[in-house]
Amino acid sequence: MANFFSDNKDLQYHLSHPLMKRIIELKERNFADAAEYDYAPQDADDALDSYQRVLEIVGDVCGEVIAANAESVDHEGPRVVNDHVEYASGTVRNLEALNAAGLGGMTLPRRFGGLNMPVTCFAMANEMVARADAGFENIWGLQDCAETINEFATEDIKAKFLPRVSAGETCAMDLTEPDAGSDLGAVMLKATWDEAAGVWRLNGCKRFITNGDGDISLVLARTEEGTKDARGLSMLIYDKRDGGVKVRRIENKLGIKGSPTCELVFNNAPAVLVGDRKMGLIKYVMSLMNAARLGIAAQSTGLCEAAYREALKYAAEREQFGKAINEFAAVREMLKNMEAKTLASRAMLYETARFVDIYKQLAHISHDRSLEAEERQEMKFYNRLADGFTPLAKMFASEYANEVAYDSIQIHGGSGYMKDYACERLYRDARIMNIYEGTTQLQVVAAINHVTKDTYLEQMLRYEEEPRSEATAAMAAQLVELRKVYEQVVERVESFDKEANGYKELHSRRLVEIAGYILISHLMLRQATEVEADYLNAAKIFVKYAAKKITEAAYYINTSEKSDVELFG
Amino acid sequence: MEKVTKIVVMAKQVPDTRNVGKDAMTAEGTVNRAALAAIFNPEDLNALEMALQMKDRIGTATVHVLTMGPQRAADVIREAMFRGADGGYLLSGKEFAGSDTLATSYALACALRKINPDIIVAGRQAIDGDTAQVGPQVAEKLDLPQVTYAEELIAIDDKEITIKRRLERGSEVVVSPLPAVITVNASAKECRPRNAKRVMKFKYALATSELATADDKLKAFIDERSYLHIVEFAAADVDPDPAQLGLSGSPTKVKKIENVVFQAKEAKTLTSDDKDIEALMQELIASHTLG
Repeated sequence: MANFFSDNKDLQYHLSHPLMKRIIELKERNFADAAEYDYAPQDADDALDSYQRVLEIVGDVCGEVIAANAESVDHEGPRVVNDHVEYASGTVRNLEALNAAGLGGMTLPRRFGGLNMPVTCFAMANEMVARADAGFENIWGLQDCAETINEFATEDIKAKFLPRVSAGETCAMDLTEPDAGSDLGAVMLKATWDEAAGVWRLNGCKRFITNGDGDISLVLARTEEGTKDARGLSMLIYDKRDGGVKVRRIENKLGIKGSPTCELVFNNAPAVLVGDRKMGLIKYVMSLMNAARLGIAAQSTGLCEAAYREALKYAAEREQFGKAINEFAAVREMLKNMEAKTLASRAMLYETARFVDIYKQLAHISHDRSLEAEERQEMKFYNRLADGFTPLAKMFASEYANEVAYDSIQIHGGSGYMKDYACERLYRDARIMNIYEGTTQLQVVAAINHVTKDTYLEQMLRYEEEPRSEATAAMAAQLVELRKVYEQVVERVESFDKEANGYKELHSRRLVEIAGYILISHLMLRQATEVEADYLNAAKIFVKYAAKKITEAAYYINTSEKSDVELFG
Repeated sequence: MEKVTKIVVMAKQVPDTRNVGKDAMTAEGTVNRAALAAIFNPEDLNALEMALQMKDRIGTATVHVLTMGPQRAADVIREAMFRGADGGYLLSGKEFAGSDTLATSYALACALRKINPDIIVAGRQAIDGDTAQVGPQVAEKLDLPQVTYAEELIAIDDKEITIKRRLERGSEVVVSPLPAVITVNASAKECRPRNAKRVMKFKYALATSELATADDKLKAFIDERSYLHIVEFAAADVDPDPAQLGLSGSPTKVKKIENVVFQAKEAKTLTSDDKDIEALMQELIASHTLG
């Protein structure tokens, strides 16, 4: 009777965060829906209670159905039959269970059949699904494409597609092509206006498309003939019911084998435009990608949880030299570090998700009425934090997923290398997480602006002002010192960069990581202050680890001369 | 007006005997209910699923749950509403305490006469008593045909139902006229999960006696929404012969209870055929038991 929500106190802690009250206020707008929908909440407590109950359902389906199918899905995988994807049988059962539970359209408004839940709760659901089966999370988590439709499409398009997502239809975002991966501005899939039919027609090819045969696809295509860069790209919706797209093949991958990664051929496929022409990459893909990155942070955190639990269980059962291996210091240290990294990923994930919830919801409200000056300020404030935190959350969680999965096999020893234990699948599944939806290196590119524009520094200072318990006081003081180290290395890098072009680029990952370690450490101290029994130990372990990482990186920067630019040139 | 088919699922709240600890039994040899979590009897969940499938097929049908037990047994009704039932009936009162299967089926039959359903569905048996008697006894008392060990709903219309039954060595398909009592086997389809919107809609549903102790705000809230009111029958509401209820209506007397210690976890029968032995060897090697 496994329930991935009930058995995870940390998730419950994050659901009870004080900022949830504000999120509910914005999400429910005076609880007006209660008059119209019998499942809408009456007040904030009622809403939070509903979130809790819905997440328990997700936890139940994950623990009882999805986790049980994960191994067979990994072996069976999807197939191409008559130009379309046929999921592994376990994947079909997973979708049936989630749809029976009515978990489509989790964040969508009720008027489109959605549950109107915050992004934070959706991220929790994604985390649990990924803990059960990371590859399946890709398919199910893509329902957040609907958020982009909800944000930018016309009312007609919303009314046509969003209720279908709420009913459980799956989505895809068709962005990459053989010659356009990280560089999406190079997308060539052609969209031409068919005057007679009154639709756009898509022709060309897409590659590496997750769930490429999904029911509803957001397609990045070139609507402006003769253009070659991002300014000629628009966002369109292709409806599988219309036909015109064939799946040429499914990639044979290292991991997340249940998730069909498709090569698609568009042959006069009809499509409708979302939002304005030429804004496809510049505006809509950026929105889509930010949501997708948060999704990967959730997926990575779920994988950390799974890999850590597998290791914990094995270390308690496996005996060597007459005792359980978790009695050996070397194994215990690994386990404690894995736990701390899992908690750290989660702390960053939900802090980011809360920021996203507040600014997104204010943005939705601004479509219906003009915001008060105070609200505009609030939206700007949280928008900036969300933009700054999203790449950090994605980067840290996905790197930790790899590290925790690596250590999980290490704790299993030789057995972990065999196919007999889940840790080998988790290790394979984790490997893509710091690659797709923007590699770690590209997250650094997104984050470095927030180093130079002080988004991170200002937030560190705000965290320093939060009340801290006596037990965390020494660590809080240490974080102040580490923040000064951060300021010093940022200053050094910026001043050197003026003379040695490329110096900042050379050290940007180190700077971003230092910022990330300090910010996450603050979150760990906050948790340790609030619930000492659950978090103090992990906070101590994490801050030690962070201090070591920061010191290493700072040492590297402080001993790096301008000429190093050429060294790596 | 189109006829609405009334389906009633008989369900029972039971102690979770699948996870028993050492304090599961009292010194008197009865089940120590306080030490065990109260759950929806597993085969009654299979029954609920089959009832919901009937409703899905017929379209114009309702599914209600009938349960007999203390006030907290209303949890079973709420759980069923979260998964798809329209509502329920709680049959509750001290008169019912100590019922064996005869008294239980008598009380349920009295309530069912009041409800007057077209189809009655129940789990094959409950995991606390394991008798499998209540369903068939209810059918006898109401003079209805019964289909036991139901595994799959093949077809249903307003006159008859076609069911695949699980037998010891195979299965058979039977057709029964309606109304009828169907008891469902654990091998039938598992029950659908709770549905998010239904949970949010029905989470405040209360039975009459629960409502009596609720605060005024909740009372007013439920008063405005009849679907949140779980019908509660006291003994007097179902016109019984008091002598046939509870302990006085229960001829079963427990003489003695013994603990049985299992020697082996599971048994497997092999023939002396070489193929069987070879298969066993391979299985043991594959599972690393041997070699």
